[in-house]
Amino acid sequence: MEQHAEKTAPADTNRGVPAIHLEHITKRFGEVVANDDISLTVYHGEILSILGENGSGKTTLMNMISGIYFPDHGKIFVDGEEVVIRSPKDAFRCRIGMIHQHFKLVDIFTATENIVLGLKEEGRFSLKRAAERVQEISSRYGFDLDPNKKIHEMSVSEKQTVEILKVLYRGADILILDEPTAVLTPQETQKLFAVLRRMRDAGKAIIIITHKLHEVLSLSDQVTVLCKGRYAGTVNTAETNESQLTEMMVGRKVELNIARSEPKNPTDRLIVKGITCKNREGTEMLHDVSFTARSGEILGIAGIAGSGQRELLEAIAGLQHVNGEILYLNPKTNQQDDLRDKTPEQIRELGVRLSFVPEDRLGMGLVGNMDIVDNIMLRSYKKGRSIFLERKEPKTLAEKIIRELEVVTPSAATPVRRLSGGNVQKVLVGREIAASPTVLMAAYPVRGLDINASFTIYNLLNQQKENGTAVIFVGEDLDVLIELCDRIMVISSGRISGIVDARTATKEQIGQLMTKNTAEHSAEEGTAHGSGNEA
Amino acid sequence: MAAETKHKSTVKEPLFHIAKRDSIAWQKAWLIRIAAILLALVFSGLVSYLLTKENPLSIYATMFDGAFGTERRVWNLMQSLAMLLCVSVAVTPAFKMRFWNIGAEGQVLAGGLATAACMILCGNKLPSPVLLLVMLIASVAAGALWAFIPAFFRAHWQTNETLFTLMMNYIAIQLVSFFVYKWSVPKGSGQVGIINRATRAGWLPVLGNYEYLLNILIVLIVTFTMFVYLKYSKHGYEITVVGESENTARYIGIPVKKVIIRTMLISGAVCGIAGFLLVSGTDHTISRDTAGGRGFTAIMVSWLAKFNPMLMVLTSFLLVFLDKGASQVSTRLGLNKSFSDIITGIIIFFIIGCEFFIQYKVQFREKEAKTS
Repeated sequence: MEQHAEKTAPADTNRGVPAIHLEHITKRFGEVVANDDISLTVYHGEILSILGENGSGKTTLMNMISGIYFPDHGKIFVDGEEVVIRSPKDAFRCRIGMIHQHFKLVDIFTATENIVLGLKEEGRFSLKRAAERVQEISSRYGFDLDPNKKIHEMSVSEKQTVEILKVLYRGADILILDEPTAVLTPQETQKLFAVLRRMRDAGKAIIIITHKLHEVLSLSDQVTVLCKGRYAGTVNTAETNESQLTEMMVGRKVELNIARSEPKNPTDRLIVKGITCKNREGTEMLHDVSFTARSGEILGIAGIAGSGQRELLEAIAGLQHVNGEILYLNPKTNQQDDLRDKTPEQIRELGVRLSFVPEDRLGMGLVGNMDIVDNIMLRSYKKGRSIFLERKEPKTLAEKIIRELEVVTPSAATPVRRLSGGNVQKVLVGREIAASPTVLMAAYPVRGLDINASFTIYNLLNQQKENGTAVIFVGEDLDVLIELCDRIMVISSGRISGIVDARTATKEQIGQLMTKNTAEHSAEEGTAHGSGNEA
Repeated sequence: MAAETKHKSTVKEPLFHIAKRDSIAWQKAWLIRIAAILLALVFSGLVSYLLTKENPLSIYATMFDGAFGTERRVWNLMQSLAMLLCVSVAVTPAFKMRFWNIGAEGQVLAGGLATAACMILCGNKLPSPVLLLVMLIASVAAGALWAFIPAFFRAHWQTNETLFTLMMNYIAIQLVSFFVYKWSVPKGSGQVGIINRATRAGWLPVLGNYEYLLNILIVLIVTFTMFVYLKYSKHGYEITVVGESENTARYIGIPVKKVIIRTMLISGAVCGIAGFLLVSGTDHTISRDTAGGRGFTAIMVSWLAKFNPMLMVLTSFLLVFLDKGASQVSTRLGLNKSFSDIITGIIIFFIIGCEFFIQYKVQFREKEAKTS
């Protein structure tokens, strides 16, 4: 029957027949209702944004169109015909293609090889002809891609292009993109948007999932907003604005400004001098990185994901071997200690109160299967000489964190993996702050959090700053970095490409620093360091 | 709309789908487990009837008789239970640390071999309490050494502990074969025979009239200690963290290598105790079969009890009961050993399989209302 649907699909669009129409879709996972009675419509030649906070059910909904989940209730119509999509294969038959957030590509294959992988075509297969077709599609929509380039040599943005070409090659007329800009720089985002507009003009129906308001406003024709798994409404982009969309998304009015205080007598706390490190494969992950973090100040770190941010923080936390110097100035003793190549235990023994909120919350910061009390105890379980654990104090602390940070949990004895992303993060940040750190490092602390939880985290970081902690904040949302931080250090393929004053910096300026190429680096290295030391 | 109705009749949603449960009430979980056991009994009854034409009820009565029929049988059951429990408790700290110690068999044998060596070499030269102490220390050291070697390599060079511990088993078996040949009485018979039969030197004392009581008590103490160690000690906490995520352990400053080696030393030491109890308190001899496959069965016992030493009393009872009962069925009905294996297999399959229904639920397609 899907075949039938395909044949009757009008090649040319009129706004009368929607490309996709969802009617009263409901999907439950156990007790959780991920999608509750959601309807939406997208036409050919139109870009629809699906806007909602993390956990509002955007991806779940799209996964039902692309055949990964099956709805509990509701109907899906493609080109006016009801269809049943049981697998990604069915979805392809309906000319639906989804580009997932996490790419599914074979690293050692070329673009073309990845694109044709798994396709069954009539007749003799010719890789050359396939490459020509890839080239043809790619130039039709204005992509910039060498079909014979290997995936492992590609940038994130090129990999994304391959994913998009993969579904176009299979003849998709309806494209779904899940958070496509999450991994892109501002410039790459603009390029992607230009391509998407061209595809729209060629009559494709495009759905993009996002939680970034400015993207919605600049790209889409229609916006469907989801709020906590429920349908919150559809509006014409031309007739709406940021605050209305936020209100729909969150369910009430919210203030979107982050308070930023002036740093109070900042003093140098952590001086990083020329650190360099290689990963297991021998690739240089950090090259001659130098900067200073000061007390009472938030130092932001911006950069494309995987530019060395993780290695840098892990080197300071004692988890990564590096060359160079990491000097800690102890405010109590005025002593300088080199933290380089010390274990976390040795760092603690030096009296350095260093807290670290790692990017991988459940894989590094916390233990998912242990309850909140046991997780809170991670930092302090060794206290005392007894061979037995002392769970009373951690329990009091856990209850305090639950109360003060408004962690939603059945009890302190609930395994943290059962909590939602925001609440997991509150437990982790709460524990790290409870140690009253002099240096606090946080890697992507608001990733995956809703607006409310994000603001709780920003406030906590600001409080720490006011208490005189040197805060290092690795972020991905440039708007937030500019609003929250005092200085922003930009890292690009393991090198510092600049340190700017967040109060005067622009997004474009930071975006350019993020993609500065290596040749420029070596030429301007001196300048970058200079600005780092004086700013 | 005509097209739509036609469409519906041909394309249906899948008959059922499987969803993971968030949590399940413990009553419901136990209900599922009991239902699984009942189903297993019905099914294996059916199979036995079809194969043997015997009344299934009489088969179960025979099984029960085999396990509990006489006082002697009850004591035998308790003794086997204790030995299996001891090895299961021994592998548990390693498993909790996600260190797949498949080498309990070898560690038990190493402990047993050390015990036997002490009994043979200094059997009649030392006073009894000293001898027993020397034997205990030697067996613990031997078991711990057997576990230390793979742990050391895993901690420092990330070798695969599954293969390594498995291979250590074969070395232990060959070593035992060698010494059995060397010590065999009479020479060349390939059997050690009962060691110190006349003097009973190095035999674990018998409490009152109950031959195995001391064994059982020692195992209970070991089990309880392990329970407390894993749940309430700082070491136990470190084991859990390393097992759940080595990254978290490193991040928080737990010395991962040290914990791996320390935990395996404990695991091996308890295996050594099991070897000691088997040689000194049970068999009073040594052979390649001293461990009797317990090192492998223990893995199942430990997993079934979700690494809780207290629950292992139940799971090892279940396995020992099945084993004793089923072999009684084979003897009584004149069937060979394979028949009891079939019955044991069916019951274990149902018991392990029911965990699927505790973790997941199956939702069937809802009947469509016939209004359209």
